[in-house]
Amino acid sequence: MTNSKLEQSRPKSRKGKINWARSQEADYFANTVKLYRQGKYDEDSFRRFRLQHGAYGTRLTSDYAMVRIKLPAGEVYPHQLEKLSELSEQFSIGSAHFSTRENIQLHWVILEDVSEIFRGLAEVGLTTREACGNSIRNVMCSPLSGVCPDEEFDSTPYALATARFFLRNPLAQNLPRKFKFNFTCCEKHGMVRMVDVGLIPQTRNQDGSTQKGFKIFLGGGLGNRSFVGHQLEEFTPEEDLLYTSMAVVRIFDRLGDRKNLARNRMRYLVNDMGWEKFQNLVLKERAIVRATQSVVTRLNVDHTPIEIKRPIRITNESVNSAPEGFARWLKGNSFKQKQSGYNSVFVTLEAGDITSNQLKVLSQIIQDFSYEGLGRCGFNQNISLRYVHDDDLSPLYSRLLEAGLAKSGALTMSAPIGCSGTTSCNLALTNSHRLSKEIQRKFLELKLDEDDDLHNSSIKISGCPNSCGQHGIATIGFFGGGARVDKDMYPNYMMQLGGRSDGDTMLGISSLRVPAKRVIPVILKIIELFKQNKKQSDDLKSWIHRVVSGIDDSEIKSIEDLKKILLPLTTPPSKTEDPDFYSDYGSDTSYHTKTGKGECAA
Amino acid sequence: MCRLSQENVVKTTTDIETLRSEIRDKSVRVIDVRREEDYKKNHIPSAVNLPLAKLLADDSPDRVLTLIKSMGIDDETPVVVYDDTFGALASRIAWTLEYLGHSDVSLLETTFSTWKSMGLENDNVIPEFQIKEHTKKLRPEILATSDYLESVKDKENVILVDNRERLNFLEQHIPGAISLPYRTLSTQNKILRSKEDMKRLLNNRGILGDSEIITYCGSVGTLSGLAYYALKSVGVPNAKLYVRSFKEWKNLSKPTAKQEDANYWDLSAE
Repeated sequence: MTNSKLEQSRPKSRKGKINWARSQEADYFANTVKLYRQGKYDEDSFRRFRLQHGAYGTRLTSDYAMVRIKLPAGEVYPHQLEKLSELSEQFSIGSAHFSTRENIQLHWVILEDVSEIFRGLAEVGLTTREACGNSIRNVMCSPLSGVCPDEEFDSTPYALATARFFLRNPLAQNLPRKFKFNFTCCEKHGMVRMVDVGLIPQTRNQDGSTQKGFKIFLGGGLGNRSFVGHQLEEFTPEEDLLYTSMAVVRIFDRLGDRKNLARNRMRYLVNDMGWEKFQNLVLKERAIVRATQSVVTRLNVDHTPIEIKRPIRITNESVNSAPEGFARWLKGNSFKQKQSGYNSVFVTLEAGDITSNQLKVLSQIIQDFSYEGLGRCGFNQNISLRYVHDDDLSPLYSRLLEAGLAKSGALTMSAPIGCSGTTSCNLALTNSHRLSKEIQRKFLELKLDEDDDLHNSSIKISGCPNSCGQHGIATIGFFGGGARVDKDMYPNYMMQLGGRSDGDTMLGISSLRVPAKRVIPVILKIIELFKQNKKQSDDLKSWIHRVVSGIDDSEIKSIEDLKKILLPLTTPPSKTEDPDFYSDYGSDTSYHTKTGKGECAA
Repeated sequence: MCRLSQENVVKTTTDIETLRSEIRDKSVRVIDVRREEDYKKNHIPSAVNLPLAKLLADDSPDRVLTLIKSMGIDDETPVVVYDDTFGALASRIAWTLEYLGHSDVSLLETTFSTWKSMGLENDNVIPEFQIKEHTKKLRPEILATSDYLESVKDKENVILVDNRERLNFLEQHIPGAISLPYRTLSTQNKILRSKEDMKRLLNNRGILGDSEIITYCGSVGTLSGLAYYALKSVGVPNAKLYVRSFKEWKNLSKPTAKQEDANYWDLSAE
């Protein structure tokens, strides 16, 4: 009796062409852990090794790791989701987590089990290699690349080729610090000015023919200090993409600060050197790279068009009328593709969390509804299905509803980003993760996801001043800290307003400190004030932009005016008056700050 | 360090084809541990029903002995147990038989659902048996009581294994225990990993060798019963089941430990 009899007679799902895995890395990792436990590996070398292989430390313990699985260009195939479901159930907490950078993370994994996860991942061609540590991290691509009406061409094949070129490449095994590439579709979607290398596809007319290329931004990034990236040149032709990438990585490798951990991302190098000097250096280095390749080095870009075909479904839904909530869900979760009749649908998650069982169901749903047969990681700790036919939207909604995955508002302000915070991170000061979930629940309860005025605004929360939660580019952003009244501590957030990552990228302006348990009332108050003072054509984003720029002519002219109104909401009550104020979300004991060592820099 | 002697490797599971042929030869007693109403609808041919709840109502040795006899099992009858809950309930029954001194008991390698989905034979005939005689030779060496556990758990060659889910473990566990959630032990179609995979998994975790290994779970020794058989499947010579598990431990107000300073529950998507 073989297992093949057990499989349902369902057509084979689509599989990716690139195998990112190396199965021998599992054994190597297992053996190294043993040596480390036997004291034959010192802490620092082991940490470097562990991070290089994608296993991050866990809050205040050395027994557990977080395993970060890279999904290059955000692509994830049905059989991979099924494997991730199995692994999260076996070795993690029965849930997995979609990150902001198109990784899937498994938390609270016992260090000795990490190699078993590698083994499972290798079966489906996935890797965690260089997902952490001082290496080239997952290469991102906009989930709308290939379907966005505003794009010049699909940058997905270039993102995949770049990821493939640099993975395990000796050039990038020991950089001064982590290094990130983001490809996007257009100015509006994705972040190109807030990353080491950001790329927007461009075309130009050259001697009567269309030439492909990129607009490349360098030296941006979010962090304890954030910087906006600079455009290298007017147009970088596609032939120069790899040489430019190599040149930038080489300069960073050579000149980046290897001593000062707090400021060794490339953006500091660019800032210290000055943009023009850095720009010249890149252009010179590129000429050298181009001239000195001993063999022809080029990106292996696969331009085979993806096959778009109607999935064969075993289950036959004959839905007569759309289920309740369909219109609301459709509005906040779907995007009309440039291909007529097709939609990209975003699945709303709570701060990126998804259960093992939902992952399994999602694998099936993608096979049944996506004409391209794969999932793409979304913008906000979520996942999308593309090429969903107009006629399939209502049955898809029904299926998501059954799986508890049909919450509204994935593409709206009601889906805040929250980093993992004190749920697992060594550096966290507050439970930003839970706060994000609480805000989402409140927004959906108040149906704010349906409010057009809030549609393109965002809320992003980090549990400490580092920017994993991307608070600096949020319309309303928060980063965590502790505050005290006499001896009693309470969780507190700095609120930043007016951040954005589009063509007019700017960082949010610090406004005032808001205690954790007052964050929701403060957000709602801001929305109320906006409604009272907005102009006809305003949305929250444009109004806040005027306020932080100090150019609004209503009652609230500047951030100072806004602060004056909000300040009373943030006054701490006494501990006897309101003991809950002094505990963080998800905890019933008094708040205190406790952190371990950060590992990004290790 | 972690070598296994050949004679320690005993039969813990029975594969599907072997069971089918034993049923044809009428050389096996099959026990279905699902609820009575499920059993009555359909079951593996010739299987007798012993719902776990019925056993747990009173699992004193004399009462269990009466049950075994009434199912026509004597000292020599080979017994195969199955369930529909990834082998955990079946394990608890099998372990009870072992504890009573029945030496030839094993688990069906898969669940009843998988058996059915493979299109294998099943019916709703309720078999009748003659009462058989069965001796009582208790095997205290496979049982851990709370007193026993407390007396040995800090010894260097004793490993205490918690088979509940990871979040439950983080929240509260017996001090010194290591976490090996029951789901880690199985594959999609088999209640236990292959020997090779199981050995590697346990070896990585340092759960092999000559140590005394005690398993426990939430309340009645089902998940940890499966772990007991997982250990047995790779020849661990000295495995014990703390059959009253964490529920009793807490009721007795014995010490517990937790993972401090982290809000791990908020990572769960449940």
